[in-house]
Amino acid sequence: MFELFVFSIINGLVYGMLLFMLSSGLTLIFSMMGVLNFAHASFYMLGAYAAYQISVYVGFWPALIIAPLIIAFLGALTERYGLRHVHQYGHVAELLFTFGLVYVIDEIVHLIWGRLPVDYRIPPSLDFSLFTLFGASFPAYRGFMLLVSVVMFVVLYLVLTKTRVGMIVRASLSHPDMVRALGHNVPMVFTMVFALGTGLAGLAGVIAGNYFITEPGMAWAMGPIVFVVVVFGGLGSIVGALWASLIIGIIQTAAVAMPYSLADLFAVFGLQLTRDAPLADFWFLELARIAPILPYLLLVLILVFRPRGLMGTRET
Amino acid sequence: MLEVKDLHAYYGKSHILQGVDMHVGKGEIVSLLGRNGVGRSTTCKAIMGLVPPIGSVRYNGVELAGKEPHQIARLGLGYVPEDRQVFPGLTTRQNLELGMKSARSNGRWTIEDAYELFPRLKERADTPAEVLSGGEQQMLSMCRTLMGDPELIIVDEPTEGLAPMIVEQVGRFLLEIAQRGVSILLVEQKLTIALRISQRVYVMGHGKIVFEGTPAELQANAQVRKEWLEV
Repeated sequence: MFELFVFSIINGLVYGMLLFMLSSGLTLIFSMMGVLNFAHASFYMLGAYAAYQISVYVGFWPALIIAPLIIAFLGALTERYGLRHVHQYGHVAELLFTFGLVYVIDEIVHLIWGRLPVDYRIPPSLDFSLFTLFGASFPAYRGFMLLVSVVMFVVLYLVLTKTRVGMIVRASLSHPDMVRALGHNVPMVFTMVFALGTGLAGLAGVIAGNYFITEPGMAWAMGPIVFVVVVFGGLGSIVGALWASLIIGIIQTAAVAMPYSLADLFAVFGLQLTRDAPLADFWFLELARIAPILPYLLLVLILVFRPRGLMGTRET
Repeated sequence: MLEVKDLHAYYGKSHILQGVDMHVGKGEIVSLLGRNGVGRSTTCKAIMGLVPPIGSVRYNGVELAGKEPHQIARLGLGYVPEDRQVFPGLTTRQNLELGMKSARSNGRWTIEDAYELFPRLKERADTPAEVLSGGEQQMLSMCRTLMGDPELIIVDEPTEGLAPMIVEQVGRFLLEIAQRGVSILLVEQKLTIALRISQRVYVMGHGKIVFEGTPAELQANAQVRKEWLEV
């Protein structure tokens, strides 16, 4: 049991920090521009594909740097020449724009790389076991993912709290019009934040694409979870996004490893259920099998009991 | 230096400004008076480009209509909004720093000047702006705009909801910066301060200017005051 606990925490941390890379960008973009960017996970997928394509020619390490930059640039173009024009027609138009973008990116990925997974692999230099714990080995690449995401968090935190640009971004979260009236080019800051957010999503794609599988469905697999994290943490709160990412990462990872069901819980209180009890399928449903829906359950609960999320400042 | 001609503005379908004409000269303190909802704040926002202006707003001969707010600010206009809009999460000092248009500011005003004008701000330098009192937030908001070294500053209802003593301080502050060469367009609902410090006053009603003159002329004109100002 202790073993399970330790591994759930470590793996949950890795997965949670990956979620944070996506959700931090999404929540920044939302709180500055009021746009819920449906295409955020699509940029994550593009990051993975770009890294695959680049690594075919020059290897993984250059791809780690180049791919997120390319995605950030694509993000900047999307904001500058797409969203900014759509903005004048209101939020619904913006939502529809990003929603449409999801399908456009999907089709582009299909056209270029096909419908089957591509062969994007962990670099041989990181393909070894970092340490062995309780007889199970911990892959070095997982440690590397954790390292990249922690470094990214520290850099993001320092930029936002210690630099002038970070101050302008934080001020624009509450009163963008006032920041403009003080002579700061807020639309340009928006473009930069959008680029930063999509770049982070791209980076997440680069380091997760080879750990999981790089295939056209990966955006759909990740997108909804990231929304849950953002809403759970509180829209507009980076720290909230961090906590929410870790909590959801750990819960989901731990749940997958737990073969317990409600029937087991009743048994603890001395109520033995048998297989022919009414609704037996439900009572004997193992936690591991409902793990994928746990985040959505959390989403519903937080919306009911605390609509502004863990640390959000406004109502969702 | 600021010349507004036939200015119109809309919020959705409602026609808020219906042809405003006014001007502010160099070194002048001009007050824009009127009841709530007649379009005084909208006039400020339209001049700053925060509400799309229709018509002409010229500043030192440059047409402002159609420019972005940050471009307008960089031409030398400052704006202090009615609701103060201090940045929560940032300290008093950081709020003042953001008032500067670039990191290495060489404007006439330094943060030390702000602390001298309002010693209260110095005491609160490292306090998050959102926990300041209403009066302190007003001081901060005005000083923040001043950091950007404007030649003309638009101050929207600076005395709203403040204690009489603070209102006096705000009045002295406005006179002080005017003496140092900043022109002021003051939007007010209360007459006391406005009549005392302004050289000229405008009265606004239903999206138009309905009176222009000196404070003395307004005081003599009971009919305008009764129709457009008194409750």
